[in-house]
Amino acid sequence: MTSDTLVAAAPAVPAAPHEFLHAQARWHWAEIAFWLATLLPFVLTPDYLALASQVAITALFALSLDLILGFSGIVSLGHAAYFGVGAYTAGLISVWGWGESLTGLVAAGLAAGIVGYITSFVIARFRHLALIMITLGFCLLLQEAANDANWLTGGFNGLQGVHTWKLLGTFEFDLYGYTAYAYALAALFLIFLLARRIIHSPFGLALRGIRENGARMPAIGAPTHSHIRTIYTIAAIIAGIAGAILTQTTETVSLEALGFQRSADVLVMLIVGGTGRLYGGLIGAAVYMVARDQFSGLNPQFWYFWIGLLLIAIVMFLPNGILGGLTSIAAYIKAKWAKAP
Amino acid sequence: MLPALGVLFDGVAYGMLLFLMSVGLSVTLGMMNFVNLAHCSFAMLGGYVTVTLMNAAGWPFLATLPAAFVAGAAASVLLEHIFFSRFYNSNELNQCLLTIGIVFVSIAGAAYIYGTDQQPMQLPAYLQGSFNVGGVDLAIYRLFLIVVAALITAVLMATLESTRFGAQVRAAVNNQRMARGLGIDVDRLFAFTFALGGGLAGLGGGLAIPMLGLDPSFALTYLIYVLIVVAVGGLGSIAGSFVAAMLLGVADMAGKYYVPALGSVLIYLVMLVMIMWRPTGLFGRR
Amino acid sequence: MGESAVSGTVASASGADGSALSARGVNKSFGSLVVAADVDLDLPQGVRYALIGPNGAGKTTLINLLTGMLRPDAGRIFLSGDDITSLPPEMRVQRGLVRTYQINSLFPHLTALESVTLAVCERRRVARTWWRPLTAYKEDIDEAHAILATLTLAPVCHRPTRELAYGQQRLLEIALALATRPKVLLLDEPAAGVPREESRDLFEAIAGLSRDITVLFIEHDMELVFRFASRVIVMVGGRVLVEGTPAEIAADERVRAVYLGKEHGALRHG
Repeated sequence: MTSDTLVAAAPAVPAAPHEFLHAQARWHWAEIAFWLATLLPFVLTPDYLALASQVAITALFALSLDLILGFSGIVSLGHAAYFGVGAYTAGLISVWGWGESLTGLVAAGLAAGIVGYITSFVIARFRHLALIMITLGFCLLLQEAANDANWLTGGFNGLQGVHTWKLLGTFEFDLYGYTAYAYALAALFLIFLLARRIIHSPFGLALRGIRENGARMPAIGAPTHSHIRTIYTIAAIIAGIAGAILTQTTETVSLEALGFQRSADVLVMLIVGGTGRLYGGLIGAAVYMVARDQFSGLNPQFWYFWIGLLLIAIVMFLPNGILGGLTSIAAYIKAKWAKAP
Repeated sequence: MLPALGVLFDGVAYGMLLFLMSVGLSVTLGMMNFVNLAHCSFAMLGGYVTVTLMNAAGWPFLATLPAAFVAGAAASVLLEHIFFSRFYNSNELNQCLLTIGIVFVSIAGAAYIYGTDQQPMQLPAYLQGSFNVGGVDLAIYRLFLIVVAALITAVLMATLESTRFGAQVRAAVNNQRMARGLGIDVDRLFAFTFALGGGLAGLGGGLAIPMLGLDPSFALTYLIYVLIVVAVGGLGSIAGSFVAAMLLGVADMAGKYYVPALGSVLIYLVMLVMIMWRPTGLFGRR
Repeated sequence: MGESAVSGTVASASGADGSALSARGVNKSFGSLVVAADVDLDLPQGVRYALIGPNGAGKTTLINLLTGMLRPDAGRIFLSGDDITSLPPEMRVQRGLVRTYQINSLFPHLTALESVTLAVCERRRVARTWWRPLTAYKEDIDEAHAILATLTLAPVCHRPTRELAYGQQRLLEIALALATRPKVLLLDEPAAGVPREESRDLFEAIAGLSRDITVLFIEHDMELVFRFASRVIVMVGGRVLVEGTPAEIAADERVRAVYLGKEHGALRHG
């Protein structure tokens, strides 16, 4: 995934098989450059740290969707349900008097994980249109229920009275956004490391097997349903954590945190960035959020006009998203280089 | 008892509308396995055609309905030819994304041309008002809706059961490969069915204005209901779409009347239970 | 051939206990279409069986029923004497009942090595491990590589499956099955779509399998049946018509009638 270009060319000297796989999983220089670049907003664009936090949170959410969609092939139109559960959990805990961020994060992840685990039993049993409808239906159901239960959620106006204490007792979540971005970025990086570990593990290989040919998996003895339940729960926990960070850094939470709109947006981001490549969600989130910020004066309809065109263009011409396109270009250049004397 | 009859009446009318808007999607999904989330954009187009012809060109309401049908059919054929036909063998996600993209573009287009407000429409006098039957107010327009939709349903069922075209459609839905093997030109059949489905959606959109209103968000708002009808009724089944549309229409009206606090929660809950119980729909095959 | 053939039972001296795989009274219908009718089966351990019959006889359906992909309307299936009728497919695989597909069912974007390693990891129940890197499982990767090597796929082990030639993909189908360490191996037309010369290699590989493994393969090519099978089962219309050695089957009048009715001289040319 991270070194697709290495796989494209056959090795000149036959390496021991596990060494070859090991080389694939090594950190590519582009990855290191990417993570160093995430530190730039602190120095280059300090006025935009609030936006940077939003990008980091959304990137984390997109990463969780990539785990189930890009790597396991589970098409979900309702992943925001778990983001929302995490967001509201963190918000409610704060409203009820406990504003400590790290424990709130854990609680939110746990809540989202429990909901994810329960729903995963249903998710694992269905495919195709039925699965799409179930994920969509569940998200809409949760959104409606949250709207109706406005005694708990604050309904349309959102939850009032969320206050996050100083991070680790020292760092204030202020308007400048340094703490918020550092918090969100740290969470993103750490969870990214976890996701990377999962992808390069035997379990990650099994997930890709499910994506590539779910019907074949039982025929090689794989407990497919169990695998799906596991990754779905993990993805729900991560989405919940992302939602909690949003609540804690913005000190608000409203219905749009678990709505269909958010599910659809994160899906678009992931597709634009490229599924199944770990960085696709991160890049897609960055591109989408920055573009939306730049065009924020635009009427929402017209924003979605361009997004619509973008989706059509991507599906027709660039099905592997930005990262897929970059990988193809890189492979092409590499091949040309190899031919040059 | 009396309000219940009124709710039932309104529910049936709503269900008929949903059926007209959904049947095309159900058949094309069942035949070609193509997830067309832009189906309600055809309905929306039909609605806007009706409104434009009435308000700008002074056409009588009934005359605009065939135009709405034609608009929906034409748009279907165009989109099918340019975009959809390339993705028949693609995976569901790509189909969803492509058609969602088209929905977004259609919504933006409608907003650009017509603005985001509800479209005003004046029904002809003979369709306004209501009968009072045994203490229940039955709106004349809704009666008209039910009659028209019932007629169309009857024609559809008759076509399906008694004509050669209908037999070919049933064969292609049941087993596409086999149908091809029997010499049925499935691609042409599909294009025709797609056009018919799009046309019915357009017609449904035109008929829906007095009851559901019309603004650019129509394409998305009612997409969800249409998807529920198709998923619950079963892909490729006209009878299934009818039953599911009736169920949904009545349940939604009843829910809004008797338990407004719950809103749409009931609908989504029922939908989830039904799909889990019968993943291929009530009358579905796959 | 004997009266036993008329009732559709595959005669066998050993009962259900001694067989590697057996079935009793397996029935399956789709509406009015009967795809399996009173199928009884006894496969002694280590024997190479060929399952032949005209198209539509229900051979692949039988494999689907035996492996659990299809649920029978009636009947029981036994693996080494244990009743596995209610077990889901993956559990049957874990107990050693494995099948390959007539049309390749592989993992397009996974490399050959990754595919077989996955099968090995699933067999060893380590595929659930998400906290340790795959490369830590050196023995499993080496085992997968060794399997690929025996099937002449080692040079292309790092190529994605969809880039492999069709014949290589057929070999990969077998490699996946071997990685599960089968006790009973059901091969659905392993040489289908493979040119004559290459199908010999394929069958040599199958013939080279340990005698601990019981093999049943569906095949249309009579030459391969004669060379590699020690017993032949003939299925027609969802029923077992007759069972015997290749020579007995070739001489059987009913079998000839069935084949000559469909393809003239098919029994001789294959």
